[in-house]
Amino acid sequence: MTDIDQDSELISVTIDGQEVNVKSGEVLIDACEEVGVDIPRFCYHKRMSQVGMCRMCIVEVDTGRGPSLQPSCMMNVSEGMIVDTQSEAIKKVQDGVLEFLLLNHPLDCPVCDKGGECPLQDQTMAFGPGETRFVEEKRHFEKPIPINDNVFLDRERCILCDRCTRFADEVVGDPLIQFIDRGNSTQVNTFPEDPFASYFSGNIVQLCPVGALTAKPYRFKARPWDLEEIESTYPNPLGDRIVVQSSRDQVLRLQGLDSEAVNWGWLCDKDRFSFEAFQSEYRLDNPLVRGGGLNKANKLGTGLVAASWAGAMSIITESLDGVNPDRVAVIGGARLTNESQYAWAKLAKGFIGTDNVSADLGDELPPDILLGLPRATIADACQPNSTIVLLTSDLKEEYGTLYIRLRHAAKNLGVNIIDLSPVETALSSDAAVSLHPLPGEVGNVVEALVTGDIPREVGGISGEEISQAHHIIKDTNVVVFVSRSSMGQSVIPISEALTSLQQLDNCRFIPLVRRANTMGALDMGMAPGLLPGRNSLSSGSSAFSDIWPNLPSEPGANTKQILQKAANGEIDTLFLLGADPITDYPDKSIAKAALQKVNTVIAVDLFVTPSVYESDVALPAASFLEANGSHTNVEGRITPIRQKVTAPGTARPDWMIAAEISHRLGHDLGIDSPEDVWEEINSRSAVHEGLDYEQLAHDDNGHLITATGRIPFIPVTERVETRPIDSYAMRLIVGKRMFDQGIVTQMSPSLCSLAEQSQLRINQYDFNRLGIQEGTQVEVSSGGKSISISVKVDNRVPRSSALIYANLEGADPRELLSDDEHSIDIRIDPTVKGTA
Amino acid sequence: MSRLNEENLRLARQILSLYPKKKSAMIPLLHLSQEQNGMVTNEAMEHIAELVEVTPAEVLGTCSFYEMFKRHPVGEYQINICHGISCHLLGAEEVLEHAEESLGVREGEITKDGKFSFEGVECIAACTEAPCLQVNYRYINKVNLDAFNELITDLRNDQKAEIPKHGTLAKTRQKIPSEKLAGPSGVEDATPPEWLQRNKESQ
Repeated sequence: MTDIDQDSELISVTIDGQEVNVKSGEVLIDACEEVGVDIPRFCYHKRMSQVGMCRMCIVEVDTGRGPSLQPSCMMNVSEGMIVDTQSEAIKKVQDGVLEFLLLNHPLDCPVCDKGGECPLQDQTMAFGPGETRFVEEKRHFEKPIPINDNVFLDRERCILCDRCTRFADEVVGDPLIQFIDRGNSTQVNTFPEDPFASYFSGNIVQLCPVGALTAKPYRFKARPWDLEEIESTYPNPLGDRIVVQSSRDQVLRLQGLDSEAVNWGWLCDKDRFSFEAFQSEYRLDNPLVRGGGLNKANKLGTGLVAASWAGAMSIITESLDGVNPDRVAVIGGARLTNESQYAWAKLAKGFIGTDNVSADLGDELPPDILLGLPRATIADACQPNSTIVLLTSDLKEEYGTLYIRLRHAAKNLGVNIIDLSPVETALSSDAAVSLHPLPGEVGNVVEALVTGDIPREVGGISGEEISQAHHIIKDTNVVVFVSRSSMGQSVIPISEALTSLQQLDNCRFIPLVRRANTMGALDMGMAPGLLPGRNSLSSGSSAFSDIWPNLPSEPGANTKQILQKAANGEIDTLFLLGADPITDYPDKSIAKAALQKVNTVIAVDLFVTPSVYESDVALPAASFLEANGSHTNVEGRITPIRQKVTAPGTARPDWMIAAEISHRLGHDLGIDSPEDVWEEINSRSAVHEGLDYEQLAHDDNGHLITATGRIPFIPVTERVETRPIDSYAMRLIVGKRMFDQGIVTQMSPSLCSLAEQSQLRINQYDFNRLGIQEGTQVEVSSGGKSISISVKVDNRVPRSSALIYANLEGADPRELLSDDEHSIDIRIDPTVKGTA
Repeated sequence: MSRLNEENLRLARQILSLYPKKKSAMIPLLHLSQEQNGMVTNEAMEHIAELVEVTPAEVLGTCSFYEMFKRHPVGEYQINICHGISCHLLGAEEVLEHAEESLGVREGEITKDGKFSFEGVECIAACTEAPCLQVNYRYINKVNLDAFNELITDLRNDQKAEIPKHGTLAKTRQKIPSEKLAGPSGVEDATPPEWLQRNKESQ
């Protein structure tokens, strides 16, 4: 891995007769590439360690003792080195290496998916022998074998470069594929009956330099020369850069784009294979309205019926006609591009005149945390010798590529991780200190950790462990990652912890959001009291009033208040922008009541989600594969989203829908393309200053917004009292899994079966006290509410805590939540048999 | 049922405590399980993976690298007939052919009574004694066809007490006093050996 110091000194070497300056300590193969000399390789990958397996990159190196053949991936440059990559000897080596590699490689290129984009094929054409001297039988294996649900392995094609096995072991820490056997019978395989159950398995397909690894969604779908591609951004909180590849107006594959700042070319399977969902037959492709028989619109109808855009629009304009703006609300928008968010914020706040606009669904951190703290980048966090504090859930489950970056930093760059997540996570074993405070008490633990004023025990953690962390944290650069780690814990303990951490010198933050573009939504004013560019309603109204004529004067309601008002009958028209409160809002019953009570619910979405099903008008929107725009990630990095295919049916980009509604209301939204948005913003938002929309497409790292502090962080001064926990109770953690009942996962045929059943996970110690069998249904209750759920032993959960993952099939932990508690205590009754 | 049995699990824990890093105990534990079952089963590998805290795939990767770990059943007596260059020149092929004929099985197969299996192996470093073979890794030197027959008869009649059943590698168990166990701590924590101290003082 090329973790060389950015400012290491330059040394002079001679490469192919040309004297060049390269960074000291750099790997020779990289140095050559930088000066434009391309060296063929199979096993070398700059994001992984060097192994020298394939010998393809051999060059002639003279360090003063005469030329010798050396693999350039295993050698660092040194002063005065003379390198020849083109000599006769090298040509013979390359020819020979390829002849060896082809001894066992089948020549089935015409039926191989890799044919056309295959490094082995390309390099054989460029450097290889025209013929082989090998007349014996090649190796034979069963082909292909599935190594997990989505990835197939053809061992005959494998050239044993160690890329996939290295990736599994050192990049993501899932060493479930290995070299098995030895010598001529060496093969890559899993343990029998133990699949390569990694969240990142798609990456090994992208890494494979031959066609040995193929992914089910792309197998036999296209030839590489038929593919068109475009660089875009996957709308997840990290804004992973991707390449969208399509053929005949159909997306066939997403590949990771190596962006230095963000994902380093990696993607998690949830994102990589999710393109299937956006092309599924269940996509909403035409407007639907509530109606009854013979496709007639009818407000009292029991289902949704097909409608024209004009018909749907007339229902919308009617519902907005003469209505008091306070009785209109907008929930959602985190799925949208920045431009669509601006268009909708402008429509709602600037024309309709309501400030009841919120992209949050009751499960995000509040805007003051997301916008008010001094922000860091992932690269800042991964600086050698800095300290990372994790106030998050399991990053491997929710923020896959961030997990990869931080794991790399901890393992290779000497970064100390202080893990304060409620349960043991995939990063815990690499953390310098791993503490798991009781839910609700993280604030007290962090206070002790920061001040060094350490009691004997706090939040279920011994003073000794905290003081260990205290010694690490002082006098270093600290980057804090913070997220809503558990829905069973209110925001207050997190705010408390942040208030303490803020007092440290050199401490910066990366608040993690749950939904794709929540950061963009806030920067585009999709929160009550906010205007684009992190202006508050009061301070920014002068800048916007000329083009946003009907700006409300008073801050509006947040999601919780909107839903309450709606349930009380105080909202007439509710827009849901890609939001599904019935599935996602912590209080399912109020969400349901609200949607039923509101006169007209207008959903703009990709699928008929449970909430869309309850709405009166459903408008089909274009997905990120079908619209242009941009995305803001958790660092504040703006990267382009670019259209590759046509939206299904009459689905349109979200901004276009806003413009259409505005037009029908008699206003000109002034937005005819995503570019128009930036013309309006650039002159009015100091935050977005210097952003050039045209330029975005040309930088893999996008444009970073650095301004902070315009919306101040609100420190918490009062302490949440440490609540004693009696020996029968357990404290509830509601976590999140990578694969759940989320609509995109469920609509992807390759992913939907990966979601598990809802289970109560507890420590072996607590389990033994229950005296029951694993898998038994128990009744879990909290304050009069109860669910029936099966029990599983999970030793990652600390004693006296209990973990339930949200949004899985089966018991719904949201039913145990309560609004006014900072943490939830549950009781387990093993004697009551549930009816699950 | 081929995880480590209770007795061997106790031994396994002792072996684990010899190493600062659990993973280092993987190969000794593989030997232990081979001693128990005559081969290394998948269940045993899973068990070892649990004990040394790695994935089963990693145990399989290591286990399959070494030919002396058998992942398929072998006879009670596994006969390795050397066909390295010296043995080859002095008649190894004849011994192999004779083994096949007299035992009635082919290379790699087990006799019906489960007693014997044999295979040709690369040089076993006893060229002065060629042609030679190993029975359960115990050397038998300068074999000819008659000697081979005699060997088989003796083994059948349990006349070769010095040859244990397949899998038992060590003649004696290693006994390490408890104060010398490395234990599950880091290398840094170990007390430096006395000689190191002496060397320092003499400098």
